[in-house]
Amino acid sequence: MLYMSVIVLIPLAAVAVKAISSGLGTFWDSIDNTLAIRALVITMTASLLVAAIGAVMGTLVAWVLVRDTFPGKRFVGALIDLPFALPTIVAGLTLIALYGPNSPVGIDLAFTRGAVIVALLFVTLPFVVRSVQPVLLELDREVEEAAASLGAANATTFRRIVLPALRPAIFSGAALAFARSIGEFGSLALIAGKVQIASIVIYADIESGSEQAAAALSVVLMLVALVVLFMLRWIGARVGH
Amino acid sequence: MAISRRTTLSLRAVTLLYLTLLLLLPVAVVFWRTFEHGAGTAWSFMTTPAAVSALWLTLLLAVIAVPLNTIFGVGAAMVLVRGKAPRAGKAILDAVIDLPFVVSPVIIGLALILVYGQGGWFGDTFLNNGIQIIYAVPGMVIATVFVSLPFVVREVAPVLAEVGDEQEQAAATLGASSWQTFWRVTLPSIRWGVAYGVVLTTARALGEIGAVLVVSSNVAGSTLTLPLLIFQRDEQVGGQVTTSVYAAATELAVISIGVLLLMTMFGSRTKEAR
Repeated sequence: MLYMSVIVLIPLAAVAVKAISSGLGTFWDSIDNTLAIRALVITMTASLLVAAIGAVMGTLVAWVLVRDTFPGKRFVGALIDLPFALPTIVAGLTLIALYGPNSPVGIDLAFTRGAVIVALLFVTLPFVVRSVQPVLLELDREVEEAAASLGAANATTFRRIVLPALRPAIFSGAALAFARSIGEFGSLALIAGKVQIASIVIYADIESGSEQAAAALSVVLMLVALVVLFMLRWIGARVGH
Repeated sequence: MAISRRTTLSLRAVTLLYLTLLLLLPVAVVFWRTFEHGAGTAWSFMTTPAAVSALWLTLLLAVIAVPLNTIFGVGAAMVLVRGKAPRAGKAILDAVIDLPFVVSPVIIGLALILVYGQGGWFGDTFLNNGIQIIYAVPGMVIATVFVSLPFVVREVAPVLAEVGDEQEQAAATLGASSWQTFWRVTLPSIRWGVAYGVVLTTARALGEIGAVLVVSSNVAGSTLTLPLLIFQRDEQVGGQVTTSVYAAATELAVISIGVLLLMTMFGSRTKEAR
């Protein structure tokens, strides 16, 4: 407990204290200006979009990994963990290499919102896949066969039988991806450019010595992250019963 | 469901195309760019004094953070799963452990400055005794420990819950002390969980940038890790990414992919053990 407090709790408390150190009015002023609001809006929108795309594509990838067989499947399975192992700054760099200036395929997304989305999809890919995969493995196929023998089309079976079973896993994976996206810095540091992502605005504030402004934005960001965390626990508890 | 061959194939194609465009191709291009001007050029960028010192510092941070978080992680998992603490207490501990996952690394760096930096809560006490934490290596160590803290707990706790405590009780009935029970019964049964957690911790410790960047003085040769070196070299060339940047990235990627291979190995062992 002491270790936790020294390493985690005291520093985070210091941020909250710093944010309101010059009074609530100053705290509010640091949030209620165009730059901070823009940063929050862009960060939230990008994170929501990433969570949504990630949910669809992650479920698809998990489906193919569980239900399909093809040569090289083990390799693809291992590839999913790559974003967890690869340092985020390298992840950002790989995307510049392919989709930046001097792109060998002629697509230049560098310093645009598109680049931010692609980078976030890269680093959050494993969340949905790794949370849906085990549920899909455990799923009782006899129910699907029963549905099919009763005349349900594949689309109906998927929507009525498979999807409801996967929904908590997809949701918790997407929520993790969302939480990660809100705070992501490493992979965006090289490619975000002038796109005002919250973590980058906070970094710029720290560098220019405006610690109070940085702390205020941090507090809002942490609150959003905490709400997501508690939502996750609530879903976890509900599924557990 | 009897899925038609066509649907199966198109789902497979979409998946593989997505993974190729998002993961495989970008990584391949970085390797290609690194060795574009020959292996010699790439090697010379990896062996500059700044790069060598960055490599050692990166490894040093991991070597300190990983054992600390492993010991803490196993302990915390024991408290969470086996401990007799009240439920509310456990729930709070459980939530706090996840904080490093959901708080932005940049915020973690800021938090450390506010506590251990000049004018911070404890910073001046340390500075007066000649210990500089922020903008120096100790701060970078604390930042690395912070961001990589949850992995071992999160891997070990479910395994502990799954193996149950029957064998531990049997050991206790046969007269084993709680210390003996832990070393002879508990630890062997959770060892793959611990191993996987250690690998994840290592990967994160090696690759951390946000938190470490904020608390480092970013001086080449003393307070640069490999990720920071990549960031600094990229800034120096003004975003026109050159071989120097790619070479450092490849060096770091090779180390991390080594860790990934270990991860897959442990992953498959864990599944067999279950």
